[in-house]
Amino acid sequence: MNLEYLKMSPLEKFWYNFKGFFKRLPSAFAAFFKAIPKKLKKFWLAFVGIFVNIGAAAKEGDWKTRTSFAVMGFGLICRKQVLRGILYLFFEVLFVLYMVFFGWKYLAKMGSLGEVAVVTGKDPLTGITTYTYYDNSLLILLYSLLTLFVIAAFVYMWYHNVKGNYLSQQFQEARLHLPSVKDDIHSYADENYHKTLLSIPMLGLVIFTILPIFFMVFIAFTNYDKAHMPPSELFQWVGFENFVNVLGGGISANSKVFAFTFTEVLLWTVVWAFFATFSNYILGMIVAILINKKGVRCKKLWRTILVMTIAIPQFVSLMFMSQLLADQGLLNNLMLKWGWIDKPIPFLTDGTLSRVMIIIINMWIGIPYTMLICTGILMNIPQDLYESARMDGAGPIRAYMKITLPYMLHVTAPYLITQFIGNLNNFNVIFLLSGGNPPLDMSGVPTGAGKTDLLITWLYKLTVTESQYGVASVIGIFTFVIVAVLSLILYNRSKSVKNEEEFM
Amino acid sequence: MKMKYRSKKGAERASLVAIHAILIIISVIWLIPFLLMIILSFRGEAVGTSADYIFPKQWSFDNYIKLFTETKFLRWYGNTLLVSVAVTIFQTIIILATSYALSRLRFKMRKPLMNVMLVLGMFPGFLSMTAVYFVLKEINLTQNLLGLILVYSASSAMQYYICKGFFDTISKSLDEAARIDGASRHTVFIKIILPLAKPIIIYTVLSAFIAPWGEYMFSSFIMLGDPDQFTVAVGMKSWLDNSSLMSDGYFAVFCAAAVVVSIPITALFIWLQRYYVEGITGGSVKG
Repeated sequence: MNLEYLKMSPLEKFWYNFKGFFKRLPSAFAAFFKAIPKKLKKFWLAFVGIFVNIGAAAKEGDWKTRTSFAVMGFGLICRKQVLRGILYLFFEVLFVLYMVFFGWKYLAKMGSLGEVAVVTGKDPLTGITTYTYYDNSLLILLYSLLTLFVIAAFVYMWYHNVKGNYLSQQFQEARLHLPSVKDDIHSYADENYHKTLLSIPMLGLVIFTILPIFFMVFIAFTNYDKAHMPPSELFQWVGFENFVNVLGGGISANSKVFAFTFTEVLLWTVVWAFFATFSNYILGMIVAILINKKGVRCKKLWRTILVMTIAIPQFVSLMFMSQLLADQGLLNNLMLKWGWIDKPIPFLTDGTLSRVMIIIINMWIGIPYTMLICTGILMNIPQDLYESARMDGAGPIRAYMKITLPYMLHVTAPYLITQFIGNLNNFNVIFLLSGGNPPLDMSGVPTGAGKTDLLITWLYKLTVTESQYGVASVIGIFTFVIVAVLSLILYNRSKSVKNEEEFM
Repeated sequence: MKMKYRSKKGAERASLVAIHAILIIISVIWLIPFLLMIILSFRGEAVGTSADYIFPKQWSFDNYIKLFTETKFLRWYGNTLLVSVAVTIFQTIIILATSYALSRLRFKMRKPLMNVMLVLGMFPGFLSMTAVYFVLKEINLTQNLLGLILVYSASSAMQYYICKGFFDTISKSLDEAARIDGASRHTVFIKIILPLAKPIIIYTVLSAFIAPWGEYMFSSFIMLGDPDQFTVAVGMKSWLDNSSLMSDGYFAVFCAAAVVVSIPITALFIWLQRYYVEGITGGSVKG
């Protein structure tokens, strides 16, 4: 930071930062790649370390430790650490049962995703056609993934078992006190407390978020769609075909349409997220400033009126608005009756107008949130800053640009970023207001998406109404990459995330 | 000198008047849709979507009576209430536990875990819906409220962000003093941190309670085809999608339902507003 920077106008400052970001980009990339060998080396060392530990346990271990290579927890049970030993053993038995009776038969079919889907036959007695279902590609994929997860968990546990057994042997040889069952239990309220707290949240996360995400990533490489619907049909691995199709390199005519729709929808998604976030942010802050101003009466009343919009479930107000603004809705009917207009205004059925309307209605929903958050922070801005600004002859707008906005941007950066990411994936506002309509055409060819569709609502349509699971997964992956890149850039720019420990 | 002083005061007064005027206009804009909703819910005559007047020709409670006797609304309401109470309990426990662990405990996987959750949060949640659906189907929990509760609560850990931010602002010297006195980390969490975290607990409870009332994407997918298990959002949307119902004057019933849904939540919100604001400003921002 130098004197010249301080003299710049806000616009120049923005330009300076903007240029700076791209100037620093190459060196940031270079640093990233330079760090790779170091990271790889660290990773490699950790990896080698695992085998060194196992080797040491195999070489130096007594027969109890060595037995626990096959019978998990054996050494621990022998050395009076019964609870831990039994838990390891129990886990091993569960794993073996799971693999034998369940996991194996799915994992074996993962490569082909099934051979026979359904066999039709005639019941010899009644003559009715019968269907016998065999392989279900969907379940094969899902369960083989689950099995891979379970195997990974088992390998991890097995390694810990070997290490733990060897450690307890070393403890015994050195005649140190081995933690008793009671100590073990106590440790889960103290030094191992994070395991107690995080085990259930993480289990939920793995089963209901991580496993499904892996599943959908794999689906992107299959031809799972309307024509390949389990249980009556199988689907197969198709490699990168779906990716090529979405990017417009496919042979089919559909491919061009997909590529066109993807670019259109993506552009609107980014434009929407930008306007939705910043319009709410700036206007919400201004409303908060107005209410906070000295001399304004009934502060609490104004706030409560605005807060009511947060309290009323969003879907209620959104659906109500969509009805009011429909072509045959109350607002159009009223204006027709009063003679203000000759024909209904297509609030939510004209491409551009509905985009504008959606952003405006979103302001109506979002401003109160920002207002609430800003109210508290605004009071923290030192008042003497404003005093001295006024002494120097700065008007309210200048004071806002020079003091309020920079301060707020600095303090609320994490909130702003979460809002931006949330808006990129804002399903409710779009789906309940316009449903993505009006339809988007590519020179007369319907695309299946709408002009107000975001990537997420388009995804919804592709899966729920069109059953194009493979393509939908590809779009989901692209959405993820875009959101991730945008937000990582933003996160790295905001200091408050970096300096986590510095707060106190 | 005196003149200048007076004119300055006058300017200030003028700007105050202008601010009040703006605030009144804003309030009116914000209130009109709700007033409209309430007024329309008392419309006694069945007009379709073609109505071109605001005030009912006949004021009546018919829509409310219809709502509770003819439709499945009461059932949907009960469903949603059940789901939100259960989700509130699970989600609050999960978020508090995760946030405390990430804010106060130092373990090897802490940073990677936070990064992983950050990245997971960027995945479009809907993408995983198909897989979640089949997981639920295998354990027979589709078209079942328990399944919905499970889906809503299971990934709550990812929402640790604001709560952790709040815990970060509680001074660490408090825990250290207690640890020196021999308290375990568990005792510190229960006896010291939680009592200080009232605003963020109320914030978490309130957001967890409200969310199921407005969630459409997941609930419509899981409850597809079984109107008995709908939540209010899915049920009321199904009215709007049915054009014959709408032209039959169901819009007024819809408004009545909207009023019934909104009243308790609004009351709760206005009652706890102060804590909500403290929680969100304490947790989402850092100096």
